[in-house]
Amino acid sequence: MSRSGPATGPRRGARGAAALHPGAWWLWALGLGTAATRTTNPLLLALLVAVSGYVVATHRSPAPWARSYTAFAKLAVAVLLVRLFFATALGSPIPGTHTLFTLPEVPLPHWAQGIRLGGRVTAEALLFAAYDGLKLATLLICVGAANALAAPSRLLKSLPGALYEVGVAVVVALTFAPHLVADVRRLRAARRLRGRPDRGLRGLLQVGLPVLEGALERSVALAAAMEARGYGRTAAVAAPVRRTTTALTLGGLLGVCAGTYGLLTAEGGAYGLPVLLLGVAAALAGLRLGGRRSPRTRYRPDPWGVRAWLVAGSGAAVAALLALAAARDPAALHPGVVPLVAPALPVGPAAAVLLALLPAFVVPKAPLETEEPS
Amino acid sequence: MIRFEQVSVTYEGAAEPTVRGVDFEVPEGELVLLAGPSGAGKSTVLGAVSGLVPHFTGGTLSGRVTVAGRDTRTHKPRELADVVGTVGQDPLAHFVTDTVEDELAYGMESLGLAPAVMRRRVEETLDLLGLAGLRDRPIATLSGGQRQRVAIGSVLTPHPRVLVLDEPTSALDPAAAEEVLALLQRLVHDLGTTVLLAEHRLERVIQYADRVVLLPAPGAAPLYGDPAEVMAVSPVYPPVVDLGRLAGWSPLPLTVRDARRRAGALRERLAAAGAAPGRPAPAPGTPADGTPTTAARVPDAPIPVTGSRPAPGAQAPTDGTSTTAAPATEGRPDPDPQAPADGTPTTAVPATSRPTPGPQAPTAGTPTAAAPVPDTPAPVTGVRPDPDPQAPADGTPTAAAPVADAPAPVTHGRPGRTGLRARLFRRAVAVAAPSGPAQVAEVRALAVRRGRVEALRHVDLTVAPGETIALMGRNGAGKSTLLNSLVGLVEPTGGTVRVGGAVPHRVPARDLLRRVGLVPQEPRDLLYADTVAAECAAADRDTGAEPGTCRALVTRLLPGITDATHPRDLSEGQRLALALAVVLTARPPLLLLDEPTRGLDYGAKGRLVAVLRALAAEGHAIVLATHDVELAAEIAHRVVLLAEGEVIADGPTAEVVVSSPSFAPQVTKILAPQQWLTVAEVRQALS
Repeated sequence: MSRSGPATGPRRGARGAAALHPGAWWLWALGLGTAATRTTNPLLLALLVAVSGYVVATHRSPAPWARSYTAFAKLAVAVLLVRLFFATALGSPIPGTHTLFTLPEVPLPHWAQGIRLGGRVTAEALLFAAYDGLKLATLLICVGAANALAAPSRLLKSLPGALYEVGVAVVVALTFAPHLVADVRRLRAARRLRGRPDRGLRGLLQVGLPVLEGALERSVALAAAMEARGYGRTAAVAAPVRRTTTALTLGGLLGVCAGTYGLLTAEGGAYGLPVLLLGVAAALAGLRLGGRRSPRTRYRPDPWGVRAWLVAGSGAAVAALLALAAARDPAALHPGVVPLVAPALPVGPAAAVLLALLPAFVVPKAPLETEEPS
Repeated sequence: MIRFEQVSVTYEGAAEPTVRGVDFEVPEGELVLLAGPSGAGKSTVLGAVSGLVPHFTGGTLSGRVTVAGRDTRTHKPRELADVVGTVGQDPLAHFVTDTVEDELAYGMESLGLAPAVMRRRVEETLDLLGLAGLRDRPIATLSGGQRQRVAIGSVLTPHPRVLVLDEPTSALDPAAAEEVLALLQRLVHDLGTTVLLAEHRLERVIQYADRVVLLPAPGAAPLYGDPAEVMAVSPVYPPVVDLGRLAGWSPLPLTVRDARRRAGALRERLAAAGAAPGRPAPAPGTPADGTPTTAARVPDAPIPVTGSRPAPGAQAPTDGTSTTAAPATEGRPDPDPQAPADGTPTTAVPATSRPTPGPQAPTAGTPTAAAPVPDTPAPVTGVRPDPDPQAPADGTPTAAAPVADAPAPVTHGRPGRTGLRARLFRRAVAVAAPSGPAQVAEVRALAVRRGRVEALRHVDLTVAPGETIALMGRNGAGKSTLLNSLVGLVEPTGGTVRVGGAVPHRVPARDLLRRVGLVPQEPRDLLYADTVAAECAAADRDTGAEPGTCRALVTRLLPGITDATHPRDLSEGQRLALALAVVLTARPPLLLLDEPTRGLDYGAKGRLVAVLRALAAEGHAIVLATHDVELAAEIAHRVVLLAEGEVIADGPTAEVVVSSPSFAPQVTKILAPQQWLTVAEVRQALS
């Protein structure tokens, strides 16, 4: 699978779907998620899940983190089930007439008024809970799709230079987590070799200290390696530039604070927004100028091209169209449960959701990883 | 390129400088090896080159270190990053990003190179290191050798003029080590990179070195010079040098090839000494009859018929009968004549099979090498061929001669083998059967699957008491998995594992302890307490042993360690000994060790060998997974080669190891076709 593409050619493989900026995938997925919050129509939600699932299936990267999609899907199912369980056990404010079954009701003291344990379970209540749970589940699956299509650590690499250190810290922390899990496993196994029980909470607690010790040592070793590889080299920056940077950053942050305060208080409505915007602009300028202190360059930065616009745009369009539809025709997007009716598929919004399939056609597919990681 | 001027380093809180009076210069484009025992300050010297000592580690550095004209006093490590590339002992601790390609680019990004330059260099480095196929792979999925290559590549991309490596091959199997060393060689030759590397396994690297810097002891002034000259006085040396010193070759050969050219005379001397083997012994270990190794090995422990283990070759003639092996023991000068008489199996074996006391008897108790007498392989082959270090000592060449004629059935080719084996086998069964289970551990058709990877496939293994088995094979061949399934850490997906008659993963931890003990790859995993004394007390409690048992073991394995020492402050070798003592407190009949010599210098390794040999002599069965061919040659009775989860060879050390180019120890390669495994054997034969 050796490739020798031209320097500007598309990037494939573990870097996820070819040539696409990770931000585009995240915007797309978040667009779908936003769309999901606009509706409780199970047919539309199922369509959203199917669409995102299809794109993930065709474009996910072969790297280990892409497997997190399954984890997110499991989590989504769990959320749905928990929602149904609560609706069953704790009752629901939804009035319903179709009683499915009746659970024995636990009498509660008077101070727990408004809470019910057990009792009548109606079809309407269950259906409402299912719709609601499905909405949450869809949202989770959309986030999972973003994870599978572009690793969050790749997204961090697109941070501005001045925030680079923060990005590295997060990436290092992310790669440390699996090491810690492996350490805990190894040390618990070692407890068995000492003839001590290797299961149970006590076993876990007793390996805590050695695990922390190991993590600390590894951090020190990593710090030494990073230092020796030039991490934290700074470029000489002229004093005026440095001062301007400080002024901009500090002033910007102050502006953000003041603007937010103005927005939130009644009397500051007039100056709130402009000050906030000014503050943000100043802070961003400070960050950009601050980036000059770091001589870093970026290796093969992810380009933001036409495809990225199309992918991000399709996600945004789905979100916008569904929001519009929700405002225009709330009944179609929120099928009623009292009285019980079969949900109908509104044609317009459904077509809008299908827009999210666009990436499946405009983004070239990542080649299948044939090598099995050992 | 690198210049040390009267450098001493004193760490904070240390009374003595760790290194003192280091003064040498490494010219551009040389590969310089830093050798010396553990704790002599090798890592400190390496750290001083990259500026990590003292900027990162603390401590005081006096004198001056300059690299490419830059003084490390005024330049921080990050400011030296464009001239010095450093790879530490553990490549995993070195990686900042998660994929190979990003890792290669990381250093260049820090230095602020132009994107086009970075792109070109990454592609070049991928090709140079043969990593092109791995470019998109997450680093976590790479093998040990691949990781080491990526680590080297990641410091290579900024085009440093100096490369500093701390034990680059210690954790690697022989083939992967070759791979890494070939790469270094190429860098030195093609790119003119200056390489400074520290390594314990001198046998792997000495032939590549242009110069050697020897740190003879902690705080002692280093020696600097031509490899052959330095090796002549070095306290640490590879087997080839040991053999060269023994034979009095000057200048000392450093490669197997050089040594072979000069070894003619030595081979003749050995042949004349009557101890040299004539031809490769036919494999007695081949599973022709299903239990060949058992047949050969069983007699060891339960029966005082120890003659069957030390080859009858040299002993037999002394009493004139080679038909039965047993009497042989009486014929040899036994330091402990009581042993065969009192008949207790555990003492009888070591006593009779280790004829000479003293440090020069490395093969005692370890019938390793091949048939001792050139013309008389027949009687020997059925059993473990043994060069028997005693032969020249007590027998003189003539002693060997009778063997040729003695066993009548030998005359037609191999029948002697079958005959002898049958005899032995009969005896073994007859005597061993009533005395309880002959096998300490038995593995049948074991399969272990991890996710979609088959870690082990249809593995059969039997371990007899008193036997030492070396598991060898590539990184990831399944050695550790096999050890782990023997202690029940891994549940088999197929087949059976029995240790002392029990199924390991079903036995509660407390009971398992008395059947089998494992010293893991990282001995520190076994140690929890703050002091050696507390660790020992805990071990006694865990195993229900007499208080003081563990401490006594520690004293035996590791003299001079005080109770209050923190296990973290021990050296690698000491920590290994402590973990070993903790495991041995329960007196498990089966002892497992995973990569015990990783990070050990020759001295610590020698002590470990002595300890393991004594344990085997006491009747402990030992199984060790190792990449160290020299260690296997020293102590293993049997070698089991694993590849991709399958056993591809199982037989006496001499046979398995001699026929393999990567697993043959240096001495074997030098003295082939005679089958010697270790320098100690040769020394014994010559004395």
